[in-house]
Amino acid sequence: MTLPNGWEIVVGLEVHTELKTASKMFCGCANSFGAEPNTNICPVCLGLPGALPVLNERAVELAMAIGMALNSTIAPSTFHRKNYFYPDMPKDFQISQYDLPINVGGYLDLPDASRVSIERAHLEEDTGKSTHLGGTGRLQGADRSLVDYNRSGVPLVEIVSGPDIRSSAQARAYAQELRGILIATGASDGRMEEGSMRIDANVSIRKAEAPFGTRCEIKNLNSLRSLQRAIDYEALRQVELLEGGGTVRQETRHWDELRGETSTMRVKEDADDYRYFREPDLVDLAPDQSWQDRIRAGLLPMPAERRQKLAALLSDLSVAHLDAVEVVINLGLDDLVMRAVDGGVDVTLAISRAANELAANIDEVKNFSSESFTATLLMEQQGELSATQAKTVLTELLTHGGDPHDVVTKMGFEQLSASSLGATVAALIEEHPEEWTRYRDGDEKLAQFFIGQVMKLTKGQANGKSVVAELQARR
Amino acid sequence: MKTAVQIASEVQGGATSAHEQLSLSLDAVRARNEELHVFLHVDEAGARVAAARVDDLIARGENAGPLAGVPIAIKDNVCQRGVPTTCGSKILQGWRPPYSATVIDRLLAAGAVPVGKTNLDEFAMGSSTENSAFGPTRNPLSPSRVPGGSSGGSAAAVAADMTPLAIGSDTGGSIRQPAALCGLVGVKPTYGLVSRYGLIAFSSSLDQIGPFAKTVTDAATLLEVLAGHDLMDSTSLPEPSPSLVAHLNDGVAGKRIGVVSELIEGADDEIVREIHRALQVFRDAGATVVELSIPELRLGLSAYYLIAPAEASSNLARYDGVRYGLRVDADDVTAMNEATRTAGFGDEVKRRIMLGTYALSAGYYDAYYGQALKVRTQMIDAFARAYREVDFLVGATTPTVAFAIGEKASNPMAMYLSDVFTIPTNLAGEAAITVPFGTGEADLPIGVQLLGPGRSEALLFSAARVLELADGRP
Amino acid sequence: MSSPLRREEVAHVAKLARLSLTDAELDLFTEQLGQVLEHANDMNSLNLEGVVATAHPFGLTNVVRPDEVRTSLDRDEVLAMAPDAQDGRFSVPRIMGEAP
Repeated sequence: MTLPNGWEIVVGLEVHTELKTASKMFCGCANSFGAEPNTNICPVCLGLPGALPVLNERAVELAMAIGMALNSTIAPSTFHRKNYFYPDMPKDFQISQYDLPINVGGYLDLPDASRVSIERAHLEEDTGKSTHLGGTGRLQGADRSLVDYNRSGVPLVEIVSGPDIRSSAQARAYAQELRGILIATGASDGRMEEGSMRIDANVSIRKAEAPFGTRCEIKNLNSLRSLQRAIDYEALRQVELLEGGGTVRQETRHWDELRGETSTMRVKEDADDYRYFREPDLVDLAPDQSWQDRIRAGLLPMPAERRQKLAALLSDLSVAHLDAVEVVINLGLDDLVMRAVDGGVDVTLAISRAANELAANIDEVKNFSSESFTATLLMEQQGELSATQAKTVLTELLTHGGDPHDVVTKMGFEQLSASSLGATVAALIEEHPEEWTRYRDGDEKLAQFFIGQVMKLTKGQANGKSVVAELQARR
Repeated sequence: MKTAVQIASEVQGGATSAHEQLSLSLDAVRARNEELHVFLHVDEAGARVAAARVDDLIARGENAGPLAGVPIAIKDNVCQRGVPTTCGSKILQGWRPPYSATVIDRLLAAGAVPVGKTNLDEFAMGSSTENSAFGPTRNPLSPSRVPGGSSGGSAAAVAADMTPLAIGSDTGGSIRQPAALCGLVGVKPTYGLVSRYGLIAFSSSLDQIGPFAKTVTDAATLLEVLAGHDLMDSTSLPEPSPSLVAHLNDGVAGKRIGVVSELIEGADDEIVREIHRALQVFRDAGATVVELSIPELRLGLSAYYLIAPAEASSNLARYDGVRYGLRVDADDVTAMNEATRTAGFGDEVKRRIMLGTYALSAGYYDAYYGQALKVRTQMIDAFARAYREVDFLVGATTPTVAFAIGEKASNPMAMYLSDVFTIPTNLAGEAAITVPFGTGEADLPIGVQLLGPGRSEALLFSAARVLELADGRP
Repeated sequence: MSSPLRREEVAHVAKLARLSLTDAELDLFTEQLGQVLEHANDMNSLNLEGVVATAHPFGLTNVVRPDEVRTSLDRDEVLAMAPDAQDGRFSVPRIMGEAP
């Protein structure tokens, strides 16, 4: 969406991701989602008097992996206390990193070749979770709140981009690519709907080349779609405000997905004095070269690299193909595709089936073997299955498991024998003399007509190429 | 009363039992606790269990540990599972921790028998134990006077012969000052030597748990049990517990000792006299005494009264009425926090929280807290320069002997000045010990302070032993 | 002697620290805190330019623990000490604003 009257959107994104560690950031409590309230707590993450934090080694390693994937400098760093009172904060301060974060600088290149700078990525601990009673379930209008500290102390990495993003689509692409990176490093499972990946957008507008305008922070973005919609809404809101003679107030706004609008949540005021000071209960971090090297050596290929590898195999780089590649990369299906290609499957076919049938059943893919994928596609490729049949077989394998050949038999998809195909084609030629004459005289398009008829008659059991061969033989 | 080492030896050898030693201790507690207000809570049931465990081990012919059957008093800012822990504050009245501090685990493993929790200045903020929300503790040697603070109860427990040992915490002098005022040996160990896990935090970068005892040997034995690396405390030194008892009789021959003018100026004449007497003892024992001036030490008070309250203001934020302790209800959570903290904290705690919050606040950080951190670095460097010249330093522990209850209570600044000689060691994170040496006005005890670089406890103990012997104590 | 602190600053700090002070306390604290801060001016007698704060006095760094799960506290024991609890959670009066 382009703004009217020469206004330009300026967006910076702050992404928080929970880290996939076994235990919490500063204690040995389990880091797991969905446990009974207050069952994963201890003196440390409950902030009991006398408790002390001890840093989780794996959290540090995952933070470094993220930094490396984002081309940041891994710097000596320090922990700070961010002091404020809130019931979901057991110590009424959060241990975070302030002016000396573990990852400094960096950048993220997007599929469209644009580059978004990364200012920093740092480690911090998560807070507990409150549920609100006596109202609509939201904070406003509640008369009591209940707090669960299971999430308190879960390790987080916060990634702050530069204000380089210039459209909601680019913001979405950034979030998408970043998620792919977080998943590829093993740091995160990237589930926005579960809250393991959270995005806040800082949105402002300006006329081109003018200084940045006042920005608003938008929260409650639970999906990439919300992210995109909210940015567009907020940018327009600011345009209307400024063109109406008003000013943009620096504040935090809440995105309401149902109503499609942002509303004031908190006005940023001086009361937000966090009194940052160095956390005296922790010592400084200075990962040495050999520790960094071990992590770098263990990094798996990032989405960009995998995307390039896959795209390089395609001779036709049309938009449709690139879109399909995106789907494959974003859903982490490229490994299946590459193995199928290694097994002899045509890359375009493998990508297409992955981007459609596998994508549609993405939750089942983890139980789906590359052998099944490859075998099914080879059958299609060799003409033993039609396209329709192959898609059906894949879906069946994904939802109910099994062996590809058994499924083919069970579904009665054996190839139509050459003689019955010949008989069917002959019968059709007799029934449609006009079409046959035109085809015979050179109108190739009519091959599709006959293929369609054969499919109808055989309930999709014929192979298009075989039908064409029959027609040509009879010309 | 017997020393801890004697008791442990007799219990291990079968001449007495842990059960019997505990009974003697409880009798002594009951005899004077009402008068002196030493213990906030006596944990007889828990102590009986610990004593029984020791006696059981002995009966099976096993080693029950270096403190077998020795009763010990615990300052009430150290968490002991299931035992009321108040920090001398209404805000934690009735709270029983669901876990124990590492030092408690180590004491129990060494065969010690924790008898109860002792009174302290609220949240360890004070130098007289008059800031306790539950009333002051009286000095057993002169009950109209203070025992010192903040670990006044622990000092009194030992001075009153209720237990031969006690542990306290020292942030700006809170072990050494009461030890001096009560005629005891008190140690602030090197920062990180003793685990802080389970010590309710006052000022995280300064706090250390340490021993109170009547003899140098007892104090060294106790510190050996407490010390050593702890996985639960990121700031704890990586080494295991140092060997201290084995070095007690090393002597000071050939050592160079610095007497620091800034650690004597302002002390009463009678105290200065004892320091000079101590220096003579050291010379007679073969050491060389050198006069030193470390001007940076004068800034210790200012730096401390910014750093400690700043950290405390953050450490005490958790007392908000949400998860444990006192709650004073209100319509919304912020009002509840305010009402709870206002009712639950005493004046000195509020004062320091306010001071600390201010020192960290936007616009003032650089001028106050930031500046204080730099002064601290200068002090560390200044000590380092001194220790290139000498092996350890000597000075006063306190400016006066025990003062009267109420004398300084209404003047915070005057009270703060009682820590002027002890604060620098906390800021530097180094070690110091106070040894009783001579008496002053009204026969009240005087303490001489020995200061050393980080990890110099063995040297300091051996020097303290020299003074102890010279003062006629075996 | 007038305090380097203004009464309104002290009132603001009290709010930050979640403490309610009476007027008399505000006055007293303004004076007492002022004394401490006045005294602290002696720090300016040192040239502290370029001096860096010390982190750990003995330079400890990189203290980490392995990523292993250990037993947690028993929920009942923890909630038993809560001032108010419901449905396995800590109950608090209504929260007036969103978290920062």
